[in-house]
Amino acid sequence: MPLHFELVTPEKLLRSEEVHMVTVPGTEGDFAVLEGHAPFMSTIRDGQLLVQRTAGGAPEPIAIRGGFAEVSDKGLTVLAEHAD
Amino acid sequence: MASLKALKVRINSVKSTQKITKAMKMVAAAKLRRAQEAAQNGRPYAERLEAVMASLAGRVGGVGASPLLAGTGKDQVQLIVVATSERGLAGAFNSNIVRAARRKADELIAQGKTVKFYIAGKKGRVLRRFFPDAILADHEMGHIKTVAFDDARAVADDLIARFLKGEFDVAHLFYSKFVSALVQEPMGIQIIPVPMPAKTAATGAAAVVEYEPDEESILAELLPRNIAVQIFRALLENAASEQGSRMNAMDNATRNAGDMINRLSIQYNRTRQAAITTELVEIISGAEAL
Repeated sequence: MPLHFELVTPEKLLRSEEVHMVTVPGTEGDFAVLEGHAPFMSTIRDGQLLVQRTAGGAPEPIAIRGGFAEVSDKGLTVLAEHAD
Repeated sequence: MASLKALKVRINSVKSTQKITKAMKMVAAAKLRRAQEAAQNGRPYAERLEAVMASLAGRVGGVGASPLLAGTGKDQVQLIVVATSERGLAGAFNSNIVRAARRKADELIAQGKTVKFYIAGKKGRVLRRFFPDAILADHEMGHIKTVAFDDARAVADDLIARFLKGEFDVAHLFYSKFVSALVQEPMGIQIIPVPMPAKTAATGAAAVVEYEPDEESILAELLPRNIAVQIFRALLENAASEQGSRMNAMDNATRNAGDMINRLSIQYNRTRQAAITTELVEIISGAEAL
């Protein structure tokens, strides 16, 4: 089962796709989100988001700055102030 | 009757004005498309932020809440943030915003409140004329070509710093809402203290959400961001409205110039015809006299 992942900045919706796993740099430490994760919300620190499209695939880094991540039954939403 | 020469000069001058207004209309139309796109792209973030705020709304609050949410407990000093464009020649765009802001100010003054202004955008400076002593600050926006989030952030940070210093109790933001290319609506919203979105019924029943670090710290981070996003959205809407308004104004100006050229051309031709007729009559009567 894939995880629905969205990356949004104030300027635009950057990503909206099905992925395997995302590693998020949380304020209190990195955490990885897989499908079926419990509802969770965390602020994030400046760092790299690691997006793994398939299990065992090479992670794709996305640099993000400021914001927070929310995990709900709809998937993972990362609201970042800057991303590239 | 104006001389032929004078009419010719006049027609040429109107023609070159028409060229300018036509070009401005075309530029505005191209920019409008881009501005509209930018405004649309900004929507998902604002919506999601709103949803998160709503789900947090019920959990936090009460005594420990941040002043950005709870306010200062007073509403004596009211700040009006006026976001306008940097350039004129956009129809009634800027004057509509300024008029809406002035109406609000008069209303508040009538209630005995102290009103201060925060100007964001060059065209809001006309407010100096009406309220020379009430201008709190004039935020320089002249260097901005396309609005980026950082520009909104700069305004928000400045406002929050001033709020925490106690320079005002309540802040309203005035801008122009982009309804369509033909319709722009001046709007005023309250941005500080942050109006909390109503708690949705669904969030109460949802599974327990875990927060990291905790609700209060998340909210504390969220509030300034929410203000920045509100301002960013206002700036984007403003940018789109400005171009829409300018496109209309220039379209009208082009049409008026066309009408004027037609009128002047008819007058020019009539005058020319009259001159020819007079000349002929002179020659014929001269020949007859011989």
